Amino acid sequence: MPNTISEKILGEHAGRDLVAGDIAVVNVDVVMAQDGTGPLAVSQIKKLGFSKVANPDKSIFFIDHGAPSPRKELADSHKVLREFAAQSGAKLSDINEGVCHQVLVETYVCPGNIVIGADSHTCTSGALGAFATGMGSTDIAVGFALSKTWLMVPHTIKVNFNGKMPAGVYAKDLIIYLIGKITADGATYRALEFGGSTVEHLGMEDRFTISNMAVEAGAKTGLFETDEITKEYLKKQQRPAGCFKEIFADKDATYQQVIDIDVTKIEPIISKPHTVDNTVFVREIEKTKVDQVLIGTCTNGRFGDLALAAKILDGKKIAPWVRLLVVPASKGVYLDAIKAGVIEKLINAGATIINPGCGPCVGVHEGTLADGEVCLSTQNRNFKGRMGNPESFIYLSSPATAAYSAIKGYISDPREVLV
Amino acid sequence: MADKNKKNIVENEVKTQENKVQPDEDRGILEGKAFKFGDDISTDLIAPGRYFHLRSNLTELAKHVLEDADPEFAKKIQAGDFVVGGKNFGLGSSREHAPTIIKIAGAGAVLAKSFARIFFRNSINIGLPVLICDTDKIDEGDRLQIDLRNGAIKDITKNIELRFNPLPEVMIKILSEGGLVEHITKNKGFNL
Repeated sequence: MPNTISEKILGEHAGRDLVAGDIAVVNVDVVMAQDGTGPLAVSQIKKLGFSKVANPDKSIFFIDHGAPSPRKELADSHKVLREFAAQSGAKLSDINEGVCHQVLVETYVCPGNIVIGADSHTCTSGALGAFATGMGSTDIAVGFALSKTWLMVPHTIKVNFNGKMPAGVYAKDLIIYLIGKITADGATYRALEFGGSTVEHLGMEDRFTISNMAVEAGAKTGLFETDEITKEYLKKQQRPAGCFKEIFADKDATYQQVIDIDVTKIEPIISKPHTVDNTVFVREIEKTKVDQVLIGTCTNGRFGDLALAAKILDGKKIAPWVRLLVVPASKGVYLDAIKAGVIEKLINAGATIINPGCGPCVGVHEGTLADGEVCLSTQNRNFKGRMGNPESFIYLSSPATAAYSAIKGYISDPREVLV
Repeated sequence: MADKNKKNIVENEVKTQENKVQPDEDRGILEGKAFKFGDDISTDLIAPGRYFHLRSNLTELAKHVLEDADPEFAKKIQAGDFVVGGKNFGLGSSREHAPTIIKIAGAGAVLAKSFARIFFRNSINIGLPVLICDTDKIDEGDRLQIDLRNGAIKDITKNIELRFNPLPEVMIKILSEGGLVEHITKNKGFNL
């Protein structure tokens, strides 16, 4: 029987044929938690009576959400994770490494894996052809202890992006456009599979951006087939030879829905406060002054994102009333950006560089907004209070729109400089 | 010195609830007052990021539950009352702290037209009933009586009855055993 990618990967891990709707206990390949969800996972692992993790090499605790620690309570939580990782055999990705989803794709995840993480954006790894999904601390505790979880095999929505992307339009615009179209619960309980002629030419960084936001449509995961681009990426990351695997859906796989999107009709787009599906093309928005611009996070903090921002900001200055925060997604990204002169250009334009990690996106530290302030961010979520203040306003865009808006001081269409 | 450090670490671990969830058969009927919320109640509204540092102290965190949706909610709710939302309740982050502090605050169940996936699963794992029904018919302050086993919600104030869809078998099993940790402990692994 022809299968979707989800049916194939889950079936292989369950040791039997599975179709959408089936429920199965499966072995998992990679398990992770971060400093917001990890301490509760540790408590639950102990409550289960375990002191070791089942698969030490692929069990990781990340310290990235409040890194370095902004206050005593989080310092205590970090200490719990460091101690438990040492004692249980799990890996620790400490404050110098970067945001979990970026480190996972750089170092831990291989195509065909099942990845579970106590963070909703675990779906990012779907871009590598891995069934990757977010869960809560208790599910993840069981994953650490047993290397197993239970899952319902999701129905799949196939999304075909077709055509050549217009100038000024990026992967972020594609995924925001899709979420605006199908809404914030348009894919709840289902998997998204991304395909079409546009996708064949997208680099891995762009694919990560798209998979990262699958959950913003409610999806369980957001999958790409693997190809030469995937293979090259893994090679560049110096992953073991056996890491690459061909992942593809069967030709006549059953999809619950197929959505065809002509990308030539897409323009630079933003999500307005306070939901991701509250979308509008940048040219249609009323004049909106920005107080802070954030370029980075697990959605758009990769080398290509920073390099694009630097290209737009090169030799220019940000508006005097704007604070531009740049957060490289990982240590590797940061080093590459330094070597390429990207960081220097950003600093000269007026940017403040923050250490790799989640930065201000989660509302813990490093850029909390004042009452009434507006932030334009390349992150994935703009819920009320997300960045630490329910009286502030968050807009979401591509790095190009963010960089150009930082110069203008108002939300602005990057095609004015990119055409 | 080494011992002292060890003690600190133990104290710093997350304080989870002491009161174990009662098995389903012991608490088939719930009764309380409805607290009404709108569509798309995110986990940022339920457990705001600015209280991130309280995640290892759930009792304290629970004092801020749903604060950005209704600042007075934590003070108003009484044990057994219900949180009633619209569509896509609990969207956003995977933080299990969200359903956990709703439960610690005293809620007997959460009712909504639909739930975000991770919130729904987390709720079952920690033993908080989550019921999908037409919440448009329920108003703030209505007195509700819920029969978990028979899938019925009686709005005593309005004298109407609503139905809710039964949970998937695997979830009923986990919930009835008191949550996922209890399921795994009892069965020495998964037995779904």
